[in-house]
Amino acid sequence: MSEIESKVKAIIVDKLGVDEAEVKPEASFTNDLGADSLDTVELIMEFEKEFGISIPDDKAETIQTVGDAIKYIEENAK
Amino acid sequence: MELKRVVVTGLGSVTPVGNTPEETWANLLAGKSGAAPITQFDATNFKTQFACEVKNLNVTDYIDRKEVRKMDRYCQLAMISAMQGVKDAGLDLEKEDKNRIGVVYGVGIGGIKTFQDEVTYYGQHMADGPKFNPFFIPKMIADIASGQISIHFGFHGPNYTTTSACASSSNALADAFNLIRLGKANIIVSGGAEAAICECGVGGFNAMHALSTRNDDPEHASRPFSASRDGFIMGEGAGCLILEELEHAKARGVKIYAEMVGEGASADAHHITASHPEGLGAKLVMLNALEDAGMKPEDIDYINVHGTSTPVGDVSEAKAIKDVFGDHAYKLNISSTKSMTGHLLGAAGAVEAMVCVLSVQNDIVPPTINHEEGDNDEQLDYRMNFTFNEAQKRPVNAALSNTFGFGGHNCCVVFKKYAE
Repeated sequence: MSEIESKVKAIIVDKLGVDEAEVKPEASFTNDLGADSLDTVELIMEFEKEFGISIPDDKAETIQTVGDAIKYIEENAK
Repeated sequence: MELKRVVVTGLGSVTPVGNTPEETWANLLAGKSGAAPITQFDATNFKTQFACEVKNLNVTDYIDRKEVRKMDRYCQLAMISAMQGVKDAGLDLEKEDKNRIGVVYGVGIGGIKTFQDEVTYYGQHMADGPKFNPFFIPKMIADIASGQISIHFGFHGPNYTTTSACASSSNALADAFNLIRLGKANIIVSGGAEAAICECGVGGFNAMHALSTRNDDPEHASRPFSASRDGFIMGEGAGCLILEELEHAKARGVKIYAEMVGEGASADAHHITASHPEGLGAKLVMLNALEDAGMKPEDIDYINVHGTSTPVGDVSEAKAIKDVFGDHAYKLNISSTKSMTGHLLGAAGAVEAMVCVLSVQNDIVPPTINHEEGDNDEQLDYRMNFTFNEAQKRPVNAALSNTFGFGGHNCCVVFKKYAE
């Protein structure tokens, strides 16, 4: 697991209160991991803080799954 | 229309002297102080370095970890008190009409720690633009405790918060009482909560010179009605009273702690923080409550006073009691449980109403601790029985609880033994 992947998973486990085993690449934040709209916003903010990036709202909307998040951060993290 | 009768069928509380009503009540009767050095932040540079904190509470014993994170501490304490109260009342949630169960919780400030954290973060990272947490507002707002409690239980009845500073949760009980009396709900989960022991809370009250600075002796700092009192001790906690329409309670065959028989409200219309020197609003509020209860001053056996241990407030309240009760002021018991719990701010009314209910049920009055022989204030009349230092057994047919808030809000609630 890459460093980004493990950090992303740790944030999701912490914020959504889910088991790490559930945090699979294809898992959807809202459909599989029980996130509501506010949880999703908070996750994006945590990613921004952790990786020192800014995720514009139109991009944030496309980050629906664990894999989406990891991919976006891998491509955009400094 | 004929007003319905309202009884207390459940209690819940988290206080600096106990994490359940049983523990709180036992420690109050034993005269234990909940004051100690502040642990929730480094208070080294603060004028006041102690408070009455809730101790050894494992929040996740009650609330799911994921939900805990979305609640300010005040809301967590409110939720725990409500869970205890609903359980104590033996409510069968499958059978109850949840559209007829409401929640009215009083809060003086709200999520001040959440506010502090978010604004501090913004202040430190302004250059990056605003990065506020999406849970900032729903954690911080004062009404969210009543909202969260309704969401947890699925109660669809009347739901809101009451805010009148330190009278907030008395106003919640008063409103709950009236909603049930008017037939608008069968049950109201009512009470209040506060958790303001953070830099903003302590620093803010310090700036007003409202808090005791007896840092070398926290346990003896809250000393209402003693000459050497020097301000209140900030407390935190929550209290819940399940108020229920009498016939509904009887149909459930549930235990009845006491009957709620009256409420009164008034304003000093005098000063934003100082109480009226002659206790004008305090006098009015007790008269209003007695009238509402259809009782005479002689009917009251115990007054749980606001009595915060401030130089001005204790004197004006004692004056008001003498004005309202006349010679009976020397016969009834008066006590300030704030001598032990500290000042619970928005939770004070609910926790002190619970004390009145338990006094009525058990015929015993908890003490005003920390009075030393001879530490008498010449402005006070010590022929009045302040129940100093030791609990006193006596018949308590009816008890009254006073709370007064910054802004000059006064609220008073009255309980008596339940009888057919």
